[in-house]
Amino acid sequence: MKIDWAALGSVFGVSLVATVALVGLFTLGIVGLSKQEQAAAQGGSAALARTGAYACFALCLAAVAYGIYLIVV
Amino acid sequence: MEHITLLLAIVVVTALVFDFTNGFHDTANAMATTISTGALKPKTAVAMSAVLNLVGAFLSVEVAKTISKGLVNEEGIQPEVILAALVGAILWNLVTWLVGLPSSSSHALMGGLIGATIASIGVSGVNGGVVVSKVLIPAVAAPLVAGLAAMFAARLTYRMDKNADKKTTEKGYRAGQIASAGLVSLAHGTNDAQKTMGIITLALVAGGVLAPGSNPPVWVIVSAGLAIALGTYLGGWRIIRTMGKGLTDLQPQQGFAAQTSAAAVILASSNLGFSLSTTHSCSGAVMGAGLGRKGGVVRWSTATRMFVAWGLTLPAAGLVGAGAEYVARQGDWGVYTVAAFLVASCLAIWVISRRQVVDHTNVNDVETEPAGVVTTAIAAVTPPPAAGSVAAVADEDLKTTIPAPVPTDPAAPPAPAAAV
Repeated sequence: MKIDWAALGSVFGVSLVATVALVGLFTLGIVGLSKQEQAAAQGGSAALARTGAYACFALCLAAVAYGIYLIVV
Repeated sequence: MEHITLLLAIVVVTALVFDFTNGFHDTANAMATTISTGALKPKTAVAMSAVLNLVGAFLSVEVAKTISKGLVNEEGIQPEVILAALVGAILWNLVTWLVGLPSSSSHALMGGLIGATIASIGVSGVNGGVVVSKVLIPAVAAPLVAGLAAMFAARLTYRMDKNADKKTTEKGYRAGQIASAGLVSLAHGTNDAQKTMGIITLALVAGGVLAPGSNPPVWVIVSAGLAIALGTYLGGWRIIRTMGKGLTDLQPQQGFAAQTSAAAVILASSNLGFSLSTTHSCSGAVMGAGLGRKGGVVRWSTATRMFVAWGLTLPAAGLVGAGAEYVARQGDWGVYTVAAFLVASCLAIWVISRRQVVDHTNVNDVETEPAGVVTTAIAAVTPPPAAGSVAAVADEDLKTTIPAPVPTDPAAPPAPAAAV
């Protein structure tokens, strides 16, 4: 009986890091977007918050694309 | 040679039935959280999952190839063994669906295969070490890995979005959940539809129709993809209810964290060479996300029933598989008996399920089942201090207010006491 602890460990590590990083990134995007909307409601603009939010979403989209790539290949 | 083709036809149809049960059993994995948090309407969610499963089935045939070439020895295996294994797996899938518990379709299939192999060539045909390393360890590891990831992710997202606008966040998490649920569906289509393709190809090779080592024929790919998509679209609403509402109460943030963790674990495990069950990962992710919110609770009685079902999957499907193999190898009449038994059991389970219908209209209604032992125990331990402190406060109110002359509203102080 041989259990591949190294593979299990790497699955654990990669899943944990990927999940927390992605959820964190996505939440950052949402927070940025909400800041921008609050600013817009007060007549101002928050270009930095909006750009940052879109950058976060773009990174998430890239992660999804990488996921699809992993499924297909 | 006629009886071989008939036997093969029965095996192929049974494999497609298994594929179908696999589809509706596993809809919950991708869509339970999406449905329970209201990110998608139930019908829309299952339709989307079905389409992605179908697409996934056509994306590649890598998994099917590993099953049909090498994982099982093509020389020794007979169509009857495959039939018996499928019967065990299908019945276990249907029984767990009836009681609304998520359990792994792959484990059911492995259990059926192990049982049928033991009945066919004896215990020596099964490698015990492989059972532990490929089935038991992953069954414990998957929910832990996915659960921890989902818990940390949920904690993080609650901490970060504290000051964010409620409407924007809801919309955002909705989109995020749909994307990660889509990924899970796609991965399921490529993995599980291909398992069926591999099994049908294996049966065709074993029956002498295909040359050993061939790729699955196009009609096999198409029918397996359609069977899993149809099953997914019909939706295992009972399991969706358990996973989306029964295990814990999910808010959009948690649903997103759970679904992302499930997608990450599934993709990581299938690419890093330690395969984990989709069902186990998703259930674990849901529970982890439930614990990731302050005040979130996991209904351990439901979770315990689910863990018991996981433990029973292998022996139960194995027992049925062994019995089916014993009957099926008696000859033609044995095969017909097994097929008739399967049809009769499926009908019986379906009839029982009609007594209390769960479908897309009531999937989000929480069952008012009597609280389990563990839930009751936890409930019995927690509330008393709270109630006691309320009573104490009320008493102090009485003590402090009554001596003072308060002509304005003398009725007010006694009110909390009366309420208590």
